[in-house]
Amino acid sequence: MAATPIVELDRVSFGYDAARPVLHEVSLRIEPGSVVGIMGQSGCGKTTMLRIVAGWLKAGAGGATVMGEDLARLDNAQIFALRRRMGMLFQFGALFTDMTVFDNVAFQMREHTTLPEELLADLVMMKLEAVGLRGAAQLMPSALSGGMARRVALARAIALDPQLMLYDEPFTGLDPISLGVIARLIRTLNDSLGQTSIVVSHDVEECFGIVDYVYFVSAGRIVAQGTPAELRRSRDAFVHQFVQGEPDGPIPFHYPAPAYAADLEAADHG
Amino acid sequence: MAEPAPNGIARSLERLGHAASARIWRLGFAARFFAYVLLHSGTAFRRFGLTIREIYFAGVLSLIIILVSGLFVGMVLGLQGYDTLQRYGSSEALGILVALSLVRELGPVVAGLLFASRAGSAITAEIGLMKATEQIAAMEMMAVDPIARVVAPRFWAGVISMPLLAALFSAMGIFGGYLVGVQLIGVDEGAFWSQMQASVDVREDIMNGVIKSVVFGIAVTWIAVFEGYDAVPTAEGVSGATTRTVVTSSLAILALDFVLTALMFTGGNAR
Repeated sequence: MAATPIVELDRVSFGYDAARPVLHEVSLRIEPGSVVGIMGQSGCGKTTMLRIVAGWLKAGAGGATVMGEDLARLDNAQIFALRRRMGMLFQFGALFTDMTVFDNVAFQMREHTTLPEELLADLVMMKLEAVGLRGAAQLMPSALSGGMARRVALARAIALDPQLMLYDEPFTGLDPISLGVIARLIRTLNDSLGQTSIVVSHDVEECFGIVDYVYFVSAGRIVAQGTPAELRRSRDAFVHQFVQGEPDGPIPFHYPAPAYAADLEAADHG
Repeated sequence: MAEPAPNGIARSLERLGHAASARIWRLGFAARFFAYVLLHSGTAFRRFGLTIREIYFAGVLSLIIILVSGLFVGMVLGLQGYDTLQRYGSSEALGILVALSLVRELGPVVAGLLFASRAGSAITAEIGLMKATEQIAAMEMMAVDPIARVVAPRFWAGVISMPLLAALFSAMGIFGGYLVGVQLIGVDEGAFWSQMQASVDVREDIMNGVIKSVVFGIAVTWIAVFEGYDAVPTAEGVSGATTRTVVTSSLAILALDFVLTALMFTGGNAR
């Protein structure tokens, strides 16, 4: 815990409007070099946390520090400068559909550097090789399977060797083989490129397999944290329900509703 | 229901007020968006290749519909114009009628309407879908401003294409009028062209037509990029935005045309 954290949220709260707060006093520290999972149900605020780290949303209260910069003090240009040191993998890849795989990966290099085309081509091929898709360089995104598209998007996200990688639901909608490939890539890229990664996910097994530390989020609060091994042993009711995938528990199966009998009666007389 | 039924008039007034203020807010937002696009247009000119590419999509791909429509509008003008003019024994004036109608009005207006439905809708749908599939977000995340990179080149491509398309529409229309009037009906060819040349004024008629087409180009493309960028990122949202682009920009063209015509031509007559 000696190193300065690469991401630190200190009692961050956020809401799109005052009536519907999304995050309540969330605090977390992410050490350089680690892969950290943020897990929770859909809609619990985990993607919002990612967006705050990316400087997309401004925290309503509390402090957010990323790579030594206090996000609240940065203007737009400074946020953009900070983002050049970050990469983000979107849920469905978000590849530019009007460009080939090669041009997608080259996009950031062309926008932010003045590298000669030859050198750029070498770099793009290296990135594509890392995700095993050098052979697909001239394909259009529409010709790729979901798993391949995700891998191309990963190659694009690491194009400028970011220090911090953000993964927004990287496993959603993938077949088991692609899923295993992506999970392994996240870990190996993190370790070989010296990155730090944040993985937002609700896939317990895949996530536990690659992360060093996990934060569990529920209803905008961090409810549990620890290493995957600690969490598997946890007696906390929420963690138990989530890890085991049980339908009922602290997170109820039923959406809040009036008493069943009253509703049925109302329907009969309605 | 324990609550008393709200007063019908009060409620409809409230709804009206709400709708009106929402419209005005959106108009203000569109104006700020327009200013932002203009301020961030550097990239569109510095890397003109980006804009050229969009000129191809908005302009070159609209050529077929513009040229064919221009030809037919001109041919119809030839038929109708001859039918009316020959009653007064002035069928040689057909060239003037065809040229003035096209250059002053039909060229910019009809080309503008076609441009709105062919290119404007495509621009809105493309930007809207880029937003729905998180491509715009991905760009922001890669520290690239999507307004500079995506919106501004499309905007300028529309503004550049529209006057050229309107000019081609008019040229094609005059050729259509010539085909019907001179070749088919047999109006004197010399009279057709010489009267046209004598009566169509470069500044009064052609320049005013060009000004109109530039204004329509700005209006249509502004509406198209704004609707795309502001679209709700769902299938339904993008289809709604595309429809709004066509409807709003068509109405804008017709309204602006009236205003511009009133400013341009009434002054000339009074002189």
